Amino acid sequence: MRDSSRQSPRIVASSVSVEIGGFKALTGVDFEVEAGTLMAVLGPNGAGKSTLFGALAGTVPITGGSVTLLGDGARKGALAYVPQRDSVNWRFPATAFDVVMMGRCLNAGLLHALGRVDREKSRECLERVGLWDRRDALMVELSGGQRQRVFVARALAQEAVILLLDEAFSGVDVGAQEGLVRVLQSLRDEGKIVLLATHDISNLARRFDQVLCLNRHVCACGPPDEVFTSEVLEELYGSHGVEFARDPGVGA
Amino acid sequence: MTELLVEPFTFGFMQRALIVSVLVGVMCPVLGAYVITRGSAFMGDALAHSVLPAMALAFLLNISPFIAAVPGGIAIALLMGYLSRRTRISEDTSIGIVFAGLFALGLVMLSKFSVGVNIEDLLLGQVLGVSVTDVYVSLGLCALVLVGLYVYHNPLAYTSFDPIGAEVVGIKTSFVEAILLTMLALVIVVGIQAAGIVLVMAMLITPAATAYLLARRFVGVMTVGAVIGGASAITGLYLSFHFNLPSGPAMALVATGAFGVVAAWKRRTI
Repeated sequence: MRDSSRQSPRIVASSVSVEIGGFKALTGVDFEVEAGTLMAVLGPNGAGKSTLFGALAGTVPITGGSVTLLGDGARKGALAYVPQRDSVNWRFPATAFDVVMMGRCLNAGLLHALGRVDREKSRECLERVGLWDRRDALMVELSGGQRQRVFVARALAQEAVILLLDEAFSGVDVGAQEGLVRVLQSLRDEGKIVLLATHDISNLARRFDQVLCLNRHVCACGPPDEVFTSEVLEELYGSHGVEFARDPGVGA
Repeated sequence: MTELLVEPFTFGFMQRALIVSVLVGVMCPVLGAYVITRGSAFMGDALAHSVLPAMALAFLLNISPFIAAVPGGIAIALLMGYLSRRTRISEDTSIGIVFAGLFALGLVMLSKFSVGVNIEDLLLGQVLGVSVTDVYVSLGLCALVLVGLYVYHNPLAYTSFDPIGAEVVGIKTSFVEAILLTMLALVIVVGIQAAGIVLVMAMLITPAATAYLLARRFVGVMTVGAVIGGASAITGLYLSFHFNLPSGPAMALVATGAFGVVAAWKRRTI
């Protein structure tokens, strides 16, 4: 369902269920995200994080409930996806700039080659994530954190207002994770919706406005301080999660 | 020296062979750039072999091989694309089953009915025998593929690099892949004339792989590959004329030699 009135973006998911070949990947997922929110989608591997993103993006058919993108979020190209590392074909020889230009692909009709306006926009977006000086580097030559930032720049070039980042912290060292979160916070401050899926309960989770804890259903959803209770962590990760949360060095 | 270069083309059949060879040499690597970067070399090889029954049928009915091979090749390409996505069996296994089965069918058809065609020419290529019609049809098919590559460049590159991201922005990835397979089938059918069913693979992937070692960006792989492929085809044709070698293997060997030289010079793994 899409409502195309031009307002701030909003996501409403109500009782979303997804079944893949008889397997219940998601059951009764309910949540809402307002404009200007940076949300972590936290859960172990196999919790259905990618499936949820697919359901939001419309690439995974939902078997129950509904996903509604409202306001500016309903526009074509309003939603952008930052792929997880394993789903990208790194053998394809593309430079950072080429990848950002892909974001302009939607604006170009089939017969129109990308032009000066597109190159200018792509330049702005790469500058925004601090990688203009690496524009001619091949994607394989960039670090994990830099690759993620290139994909964020591609989403910006696409003029997306909803960004879904799938397992954005895997293969990214802690310092670079921090850099990525800072870029995402600046997008949040502009009123965009940013959802980042991760299985990693690092202290960074506290840098998000909202945390959606997912394990095939919603275990908890809210600000990090309210969500990180031992019950929720146990539901997500078993007893290890609880020990992790008790560690006084974490999350302060 | 000049005589060595000019003499072959005083013959009409050599002029036609030159046109088709250059077409094959240039077009195969342009498509091959997608084949090697998407890791679908096996699909390309299988597609070439699977066209055999369609070609046998054409000889049986005494019609131009193109009339049967073009629709046959496209149908098989789409079938393989479908099987690789939809079945529980792994992609290479399902492609292998179709490939071996159809190739066997083609061989049985050729041996059972005397169709007045040399099996070796089909398998290894016989560019010296192409007719004027073959030249025109080849030119037409290649022009069609070039238009397709230009029109679908952005969605094809996006899909090849990041299939899930492409789908999210609304690119119909399975449609785009079907277009790519169709173009691949067309280029293979044209390529079989020069390099044969077995060796068209060499023109499809070897010059493109050589170009991959030399060029940084995808469009560079396409263009450098086209130059290397065209040069390999012409060189192979000369060797074939002057040393009385079969044309397909001669081109394939030149392309392989070029890869060897470049790979030794530049060390970058695919």
